[in-house]
Amino acid sequence: MPLFEGTDLDCVRGERLVFEGVRFALDAGGALVLTGANGSGKSTLLRLMAGLLRPARGLIRWDGSDIADGPGSFAAAVQYVGHADAIKPALGVAENVAFWASLRGAPATNVAGALDAFGIAHLARLPARYLSAGQRRRTNLARLLASPARLWLLDEPTTALDADSAARLARVIARHRAGGGMVVVSTHTELGLDGAASLDLSALQMAAS
Amino acid sequence: MAVLRRELALVHRQGVDSAMVIAFFVIAVVLFPFGVGPEPNVLARIGPGVIWVAALLAAMLSMERLFQSDYDDGSLELLVLAPSALEMTVAAKILVHWLTTGLPLIVAAPLLAVMMNMPTDVFPVLLATLALGTPTLSLIGAVGAALVLGARRGGVLLSLLVLPLFIPVLIFAVGAVDAAAADLPTKAQLLILGGLLTGAMALSPWAAAAALRQAVE
Repeated sequence: MPLFEGTDLDCVRGERLVFEGVRFALDAGGALVLTGANGSGKSTLLRLMAGLLRPARGLIRWDGSDIADGPGSFAAAVQYVGHADAIKPALGVAENVAFWASLRGAPATNVAGALDAFGIAHLARLPARYLSAGQRRRTNLARLLASPARLWLLDEPTTALDADSAARLARVIARHRAGGGMVVVSTHTELGLDGAASLDLSALQMAAS
Repeated sequence: MAVLRRELALVHRQGVDSAMVIAFFVIAVVLFPFGVGPEPNVLARIGPGVIWVAALLAAMLSMERLFQSDYDDGSLELLVLAPSALEMTVAAKILVHWLTTGLPLIVAAPLLAVMMNMPTDVFPVLLATLALGTPTLSLIGAVGAALVLGARRGGVLLSLLVLPLFIPVLIFAVGAVDAAAADLPTKAQLLILGGLLTGAMALSPWAAAAALRQAVE
């Protein structure tokens, strides 16, 4: 049985069927790329995977148990990066990252390395209100490394990133997968993930209608 | 603990909210002697009610912000997903709200009581009612603040939802101060305020956390 899998997922939002019959399976070191037109349900599927939404039908299982079955090992195993950057403008870059790390019980010593991996170590003490959109995005991504988790759910992580930063992100993801980590990423740009499975939600919608 | 440190750091950096709440409280009370005239007996009679109503409104002012900024910038989703219990996170946020708005109200109250010509021997009871009552306001208000997330004009809606729930606190708090002024025992009213506080402490973090989970869906 795969470590992370979803079967026959239907999702209804505001009385509209977003998608139906979606299935996916992911094992250690695996990657899944979600593609599809705007509004095809990529973000919605990622929110289902994170447990923020409940599917109208179907099951999402982590390590064999339903993620809706209350707080189990899943919460500690997953890191979600959404559209919003979750950054407090009044706090410094390092403070922002350190808060999310400590909330997940990770040591504060991880923070410097995480900032360095995304090339924002020189901004560590700068209040986050002075950051550009790309720097905010990189600060948000630095959370991933500051508190390790098996599964990363990334919703269009390359938005606002320049080519160099996108390449850094691809390297970080490759290292994560080499260590047995898994990643689900929705994207419009090619990230260059080796051996990634892909799921085209637009094609599914066509088939359904 | 991490949440507590972060919230305190945020308040420390931004600082303005707290000062505004106190300023509002003081100005609202100071308006009354101008409105009803400087008759000392009248002021002493209405003093407890005026101070308490002003405290209620001041506590409401900052209530809307409790979860709103976390909701707007996406932090709330991450707090809900975090492995630590959301109820504890909510409790920490409520505690910081009380420390930064409720506690300063208690400090400012004796000054305003002097202005309202209240006899000094009722001050301990006034402070006791505020000490028991203002945390209850923060706790009940947090449930309302979590419920109105995502609504337009959440601030007004929040007041409509929550102010009626504050009425019992208001009745027993003012009742206790009036009783003290008439040299009557105040134990019963204070015990009821304590009961309201413990009830709110037991229930509202859970209710607010449930509302927050709905809000991020």
